[in-house]
Amino acid sequence: MTEHTRRQFLSASAGLVVAVTLPLPGRAQSGAAAILGQDAPTQGDFAPNAFIRVAPDDTVTVLIKHIEFGQGPYTGLSTLVAEEMDADWSQMRAEAAPANAELYANLFFGMQGTGGSTAMANSYMQMRKAGAAARAMLVAAAAEEWGVPAGEIEVAQGVVRHGASDRSARFGELAERAAGMTVPEDPPLKDPGQFKLIGTEVQKLDTKPKSTGEATFTLDVYREGMETVVVRHPPFFGGRVANFDPAPAMAVPGVVAVHEIPSGIAVYATSTAAALKGRDALDVEWDDTEAETRSSEEMLQAFSEATAAETLVAEEAGDVDAALEGAEQVIETEFRFPYLAHAPLETLDAVIEMRDGVAELWMGSQFPSLDKPTLAQTLGVDPSNVIINVMFAGGSFGRRAQPDAHLAAEIAAIAKAAGRDGSWKLLWTREDDLHGGYYRPMTVHRMRGGIDAAGNIVGWTDVLANQSIMADGPMEAMMDKGLDPTAYEGATKMPYDLVNFRTSWARMESPVPVLWWRSVGHTHTGYATEVFLDMLLEAAGKDPVQGRLDLLRADAGRDRAVLERVAAMAGWDGQRVKGDRGYGIALHESFNTYVAQIAEVSNDNGMPRVHRVWCAVDCGVAVNPGVIRAQMEGGIGYGLTALLYSQITLLPGGRIAENNFDDYRMLRINEMPAVEVEILDTDHDPSGVGEPGTPPIGPAVGNAWRALTGQTVTRLPFTVGVQS
Amino acid sequence: MYNLTVNNREVSVDVPGDTPLLWVLRDELRLTGTKFGCGVAQCGACTVMMDGMTRRSCVTPIEMADGAFVETIEGLDTPESQAVQAAWVANDVPQCGWCQSGQVVSATALLTEIPQPTDDDIDNAMAGNICRCATYQRIRKAIHDAASTLEG
Repeated sequence: MTEHTRRQFLSASAGLVVAVTLPLPGRAQSGAAAILGQDAPTQGDFAPNAFIRVAPDDTVTVLIKHIEFGQGPYTGLSTLVAEEMDADWSQMRAEAAPANAELYANLFFGMQGTGGSTAMANSYMQMRKAGAAARAMLVAAAAEEWGVPAGEIEVAQGVVRHGASDRSARFGELAERAAGMTVPEDPPLKDPGQFKLIGTEVQKLDTKPKSTGEATFTLDVYREGMETVVVRHPPFFGGRVANFDPAPAMAVPGVVAVHEIPSGIAVYATSTAAALKGRDALDVEWDDTEAETRSSEEMLQAFSEATAAETLVAEEAGDVDAALEGAEQVIETEFRFPYLAHAPLETLDAVIEMRDGVAELWMGSQFPSLDKPTLAQTLGVDPSNVIINVMFAGGSFGRRAQPDAHLAAEIAAIAKAAGRDGSWKLLWTREDDLHGGYYRPMTVHRMRGGIDAAGNIVGWTDVLANQSIMADGPMEAMMDKGLDPTAYEGATKMPYDLVNFRTSWARMESPVPVLWWRSVGHTHTGYATEVFLDMLLEAAGKDPVQGRLDLLRADAGRDRAVLERVAAMAGWDGQRVKGDRGYGIALHESFNTYVAQIAEVSNDNGMPRVHRVWCAVDCGVAVNPGVIRAQMEGGIGYGLTALLYSQITLLPGGRIAENNFDDYRMLRINEMPAVEVEILDTDHDPSGVGEPGTPPIGPAVGNAWRALTGQTVTRLPFTVGVQS
Repeated sequence: MYNLTVNNREVSVDVPGDTPLLWVLRDELRLTGTKFGCGVAQCGACTVMMDGMTRRSCVTPIEMADGAFVETIEGLDTPESQAVQAAWVANDVPQCGWCQSGQVVSATALLTEIPQPTDDDIDNAMAGNICRCATYQRIRKAIHDAASTLEG
């Protein structure tokens, strides 16, 4: 075991912040806060590791390695630190960590990035250890100052106390001395029974600035002399610029330049309004020879045909072909899912400043480890001269997690084309966002299920056709035998004992770029599997709840627990219809979080109106129950929008039909159901909550609609599916 | 040159008359609490008060705001806005936060007009404000809580 003192680190480099609780050799980093340009650590600050800074004014600032776009990592990770430090919640602050993969890697990814509902799960022990180390050093400082044994010192609510001599000090008073103490490498952690903050609903650290308009997002960054840039992208995917005339755009007052960049034609102006007007005036001829010119309908047809051809087996058990052959009844259904845009309310944006060979970026960078080398490479600067300020972002839902770093590449190309020092803000409009691709993959599921004479499910096959998210990029290394698990996750590793079973995949190709969308493969597998299961149970004359419970594997205890809990919450009595209301249930695990939901639905002129949703969730230790409930509420609203309204449609020729929120409809307050959430009390390590609330709502509503109307909607969204 | 009062401050801006008020507030006056979400009055992120009424600043040309009295999230300071913001904080309403300036402005306007709104009143007043994070349940509760506070 090696131990380092802060002094040694200081002599090794100019850094003020040291990392010792990481699985890497201790390294100094050159002042996170200095890079952030705010609250730079000053003389007297105590920074026991790369994550914590204690200031003489008693504030404890936690450097958060995960981007905050609403899922709560600022609060959650700070809670872990505060818990082990025995800090008072009112002294806690949170700040974005800079881009530094060695210090701030996602321990599940091996690079700095946020996604897959991993922020809490990968940070749980790391941030607790960081807090415990800080506490130990504060205690050691007090022991030295007071000449008492460290073992007699207690810490509570930010106060360090020695009872016998009646002495006490606040963290800030001890900060300077603590900075000179030995950093413990493996400090003891609390037993869960000792938790004071974990498990409570501390006030979210970003709530107040987001209620007053003070929170600073990327679009709110203004630099001296900054120009605003908008880009005309090809109107179809895989298209290129054939010809363009910059003159009409240049004639617009305020437009200062027009440059062709790899992603399109960039219009530079002194104001946003001028940039937009200039872009409108542009005259561009496009080359569509390599573009996707098929319509969505043609693509869906091709995908459907692919499910009948050769596919790759993702998971199988038993002899499903024989089982289906011998079944008393075979049910076959095809489910069709459209492309979906994430539509975060803050569209994609970025600010870059070039000064003397240094590139500084302000962006809702979800993968700083990929954005940084992209900037360096495009601009021809050393990565050490790239500074990334990870900003609050107005939602992502997967959209900002870009394996190809296309937004960083675009803003870098804008700076490069300008060919001088200066600063530029890139704005995507809502139309750019909806037309811009990186959609949830369009997907077809062809499902077959067999039931024997006794009503048992004896066979189940699911053949999926969709594009791969992981292929052709840095994520491809995670694919095995040509299989991309994000294409079918959730249609494999199901909790049910289906005996004879096969899930297989046909990989589709298109120039339309696809991306993870809140819960990724589960967005469609949750619907397809849970609606199809409901159909089989109904055909077998079984209750949707009891039928599921009977099918659960012996080792599916967590699935069983959320299913039983949600049934109890809703007072499930086997009646799928009561009066004008239908009730549907769905169970789906994603990202190691188990969620069951029951939806109460009525028929509002041929479309479902969702009145209530009961939701039971097991995400392990509930670090902040308020944040967990908020994520279930939000995940349900997000999933409901997609289920009812959302589709991105390619018209014949490849142009996108939807333009803005008038034709890409969002759920509104009058359509939001009353959501009741219960969190199971378990001692598993915490898992994520950003995504797992989304998958079950679609099938819960779909099953309620089936109960109420007899119609199984197999084509989403419902606005299309109820007509077919 | 257009003259208007923004948050009780008289300002003059020299921009083309068709420039949306939203971009005047942001680019010229650096009042960045008012957000861009759609540009076509569909999402409500750009909601401000203009002459006492809620207004989508993204589709309001500055020439229409000449001589107007504009209040943005930064300038709200009435018992209603204070009650709304306190309730927003108490209920931990925001997630990503992008829409919340517009939500707070709309909720303040609602309570100024209807001190004790019903759920239907809330639906009518707030349906123009999209929250992509779907914080709607908390928005509804926070408005009721703020109404209770104001009632005393």
